[in-house]
Amino acid sequence: MSSPDDLLYTKEHEWIRVSDNIGTVGITLFATKELGEVVYVELPKVGDRFKSGDAFGNVESVKAVSELFIPVTGEVVEVNDDLGNAPEILNEDPYGKGWLIQVRMKDPSETADLMSAEEYGDYTKEEE
Amino acid sequence: MLDDIGVDSIEQLFAGIPERLRLRRMLDIPKSLTEPELLEYFRRRAERNAAGYASFLGAGAYRHHIPIIIDALISRSEFFTAYTPYQPEIAQGTLQAIFEFQTFITQLTGMEVANASLYDGSTGLAEAILMAQRVTKKNRFLIAKTVHPEYRAVITTYAKNLGLQLETIDYSDTGRVDTADIEKRISDDVAAVVLQTPNFFGTIENAHEIADIAHRHGALSIVNVAEAMSMGILRAPDTADIVVGEGQSFGVPISFGGPHVGFMATREKFVRQMPGRLVGMGQDFRGRRAFVLTLSTREQHIRREKATSNICTNQSLCALMATMYIATVGPAGLRETGEQNILKTDYAVQQVRTRTVHDVLFNAPRFNEFVIQLKDDLAARSRKLLQNRIVPGLQLSRFYPELSNAMLVCVTETTTKAQIDAFVEGLE
Amino acid sequence: MSEQNRTSTHFQLNERLVFEEGSAGRRGFNLPALDVPQRRISEVVDQGMLRESIDGMPELSEVDVIRHFTRLSTWNYHIDLGLYPLGSCSMKYNPRINERMARLDGFMHAHPLMPNELIQGALEVQKALEQCLAEISGMDAVSLQPAAGAHGELTGILMIRAYHESKGRARTKILIPDSAHGTNPASVAISGYVVENVPSNAGGTVDLDSLRKAVDGEVAAIMITNPNTLGVFESQISEIAEVLHSHGALVYMDGANLNAMMGITRPGDFGADVLHINLHKTFTTPHGGGGPGSGPVAVRKILEPFLPYPTVGVKPDNSLFFDYDRPQSIGKMKAYNGQFGMHVRALCYILANGPEGLKEVSEIAVLNANYIRAKLKDSYALPYDSPTLHEVVFSDRIQARKDVHVGDIGKRLMDYGFHPPTVSFPLIVPGAIMIEPTETEPKQELDAFIDAMRVIAREAEETPEIVKKAPHTTRIGRIDEAGAARKPVLRWKSPTSPAR
Repeated sequence: MSSPDDLLYTKEHEWIRVSDNIGTVGITLFATKELGEVVYVELPKVGDRFKSGDAFGNVESVKAVSELFIPVTGEVVEVNDDLGNAPEILNEDPYGKGWLIQVRMKDPSETADLMSAEEYGDYTKEEE
Repeated sequence: MLDDIGVDSIEQLFAGIPERLRLRRMLDIPKSLTEPELLEYFRRRAERNAAGYASFLGAGAYRHHIPIIIDALISRSEFFTAYTPYQPEIAQGTLQAIFEFQTFITQLTGMEVANASLYDGSTGLAEAILMAQRVTKKNRFLIAKTVHPEYRAVITTYAKNLGLQLETIDYSDTGRVDTADIEKRISDDVAAVVLQTPNFFGTIENAHEIADIAHRHGALSIVNVAEAMSMGILRAPDTADIVVGEGQSFGVPISFGGPHVGFMATREKFVRQMPGRLVGMGQDFRGRRAFVLTLSTREQHIRREKATSNICTNQSLCALMATMYIATVGPAGLRETGEQNILKTDYAVQQVRTRTVHDVLFNAPRFNEFVIQLKDDLAARSRKLLQNRIVPGLQLSRFYPELSNAMLVCVTETTTKAQIDAFVEGLE
Repeated sequence: MSEQNRTSTHFQLNERLVFEEGSAGRRGFNLPALDVPQRRISEVVDQGMLRESIDGMPELSEVDVIRHFTRLSTWNYHIDLGLYPLGSCSMKYNPRINERMARLDGFMHAHPLMPNELIQGALEVQKALEQCLAEISGMDAVSLQPAAGAHGELTGILMIRAYHESKGRARTKILIPDSAHGTNPASVAISGYVVENVPSNAGGTVDLDSLRKAVDGEVAAIMITNPNTLGVFESQISEIAEVLHSHGALVYMDGANLNAMMGITRPGDFGADVLHINLHKTFTTPHGGGGPGSGPVAVRKILEPFLPYPTVGVKPDNSLFFDYDRPQSIGKMKAYNGQFGMHVRALCYILANGPEGLKEVSEIAVLNANYIRAKLKDSYALPYDSPTLHEVVFSDRIQARKDVHVGDIGKRLMDYGFHPPTVSFPLIVPGAIMIEPTETEPKQELDAFIDAMRVIAREAEETPEIVKKAPHTTRIGRIDEAGAARKPVLRWKSPTSPAR
């Protein structure tokens, strides 16, 4: 499973795309495969603030729930409302239309701790 | 079989249990009985429970006619010896019936969704309170004193260690909850206002008015219905947020207090905070209509300590009985039964008022219960009634010390005019 | 294949929802005419408090109702049809005499708030059952009040809490092995405690060293299942109890697996302080398609003051009464005193068996499970090699190589006329296949099941697609569960009325 090179990754299988001080957060293809068909996504509200590593929501399949952990500290500036009516988008396009939230990052240097696509690829190989 | 396993004796199969922990004697329980002996054993005990008495006890467990076909149908092995329908391909019978139960409960309560049932009314109300806490993230509850006292006791047990603050709202002299007291105490830190209708005294509450007060202050309205039969004739509490109750009146015998069947209904937007099983309608891979347990991620077997509740079972077979009851009597039968309860109770009230010296308390309309405040000694009256093979109403002082010489009397469609007259005669 | 395949086709009729049946004016039951003076209902209750018609509720005749539910019933698998090998559920035959006894008039119509002198028979049944359960579990006192297993767990944990509070402090944590049922952590959470997991060792039992490290003055209790969910007896159970007790903590035992040890060993004798007993598992009260259950709790003397009220008390004249005067009680767990109908059934089962019979029940249950284990261990992987009692847990590791998973194996069993075992539990075994045959099953039924399981193992190897697409012979096929969960339809809506 190859992961896009322009993203950074967490051990809990979230990805983040950084553009200026805005980070777009989603979950990886590996995570969606592990979870199976996604049936429900619970996301925070615009304006909610989180510290890096905080749980910010849940993704549910028929028989499992996974907590979502935010890779960076910041304030939620946008939420992907489409997932409410069509959670299957997360399975279909996890790196594109299936993004979860956008955050205004407090400290862009936090991304230094995250994995590159290559590192994440090695990491998921171990998990398998 | 022992050869296949590779041991010489059954004893060896227990080798994993250390010797010193083994029981080295037979269990000290009665020796085994044959079928005729069992029949005798239980018959003798069954006969010692008020056989042949007319009863005026209600208080959350009600006598109603139970159509014979219900027992015939639930005695089918296919229903009563099946497990929880976790394998939908071979459990469609139970699943569809529960879906029908859920629908009946929404029709009766005026809510949008109902679950597959809970243990009983009392634990159902406790679950409703925990649910309201999850929805509102607030901890203060205003609870009418006219909610069934045993239900309130259960809520207290459940709430004790969760930091919930339960406050009791008194009743007014009409028998209804004291609305002014609610208005005085409610503020935006209240999670829910909890009401029972008909309340413990049989008085019909104005659930819509109370829901309005709750909503004005950002609180939920929880309505408890301990006497489900009332829902066939009374206006549905359809502006509430959570309606819970006891469905025993729908075809389930009193059976010394259980098993009964709790129900819970709510608005669609709260469904993910609702405890208990839910059956959904869907399709199989060939597009045929099919039913399946759904939204299970709320439940303990998946979410463990983060589940909406620790509840695992529902009261499936009792829910099935309720479904069969409603299907059998139908909307017209429910209404007629409700009317008979109201009219017979009203007759009893008039008789007590005109023929005896005692007071009937509270003047708001009633469903099938009422409170008599005696002018003379309640214990002596009770003894006299019992001598005439009549079980009197519940002595209220146990739950309401201020009603020290009062009894709660229940009259249903099964109570005959002759029984009512004999009861009133005992009070003359 | 044909000899193993005991399924066939027969009449199985389609049936619509009850709301789509019947027609206006039908009724299945009539009330006697009103025998008090007729009044207009609105003279008694204000019109505004009465409801209009009930939208969408069907009108059916007696035969309509009989046909409807009879047709639905034929779509269920059930224990009277055949082996129901759900691990941890003890699906056994439900004796018919239990049903008859629970339906005796004097029991069905007894009211729980009647004066004590009118309910002596019902109280005798409850007292006798309490005494039997105390003896079987080796405990001192029993409450029959909890409505089900999970409700019993909550009752037990609340009692542990009350006990610690009486000693000064509730403490904060409850330890739970990773192999536990999901109800355990959920019950702990709503008791206001924090769950701390204890890992299992290579043998599948609690790791004593990890446990020693985990126990401190904050631990209120351990919640342990024994035999555990792998069917393995915790051979160090008394050491485990000792570790807890030496820190003033208690041992809660989940009694789900009592069927493995009746008359052989007793929780009270190996250190448990409180346990719940599932009458619907061990004591043959019917599962009813998901309830009612019944989950009495049994406790040692030290916890007796905290039992929910009322308890069944004995007066000096030997008459019985509901004792509400219990100052240290945790309170009420449920209105009245438990699922009495289930108490009658369970007592009937215990009396029918007697001491020899109950011991034999456990012996045969363990024999049957070990027979299945011996016959299937060449076809399915056995993740833990420890000796097991009344159930056995395999995994789908071998079959998974062909992308056939435990769920598929279960579904394929349906084609051979069996209910699937418990799948994907316990969580410590990936792809768990948990089989508990109970003592109900004769050798012939076990052999038929074993044959079917072996055939499926071969199919998984040779023609995996057949297994992956199973079941093929059931009334409906696999359900689109994701679709049902994404857009939940939880009630029927009348097509003629606007949606609310």
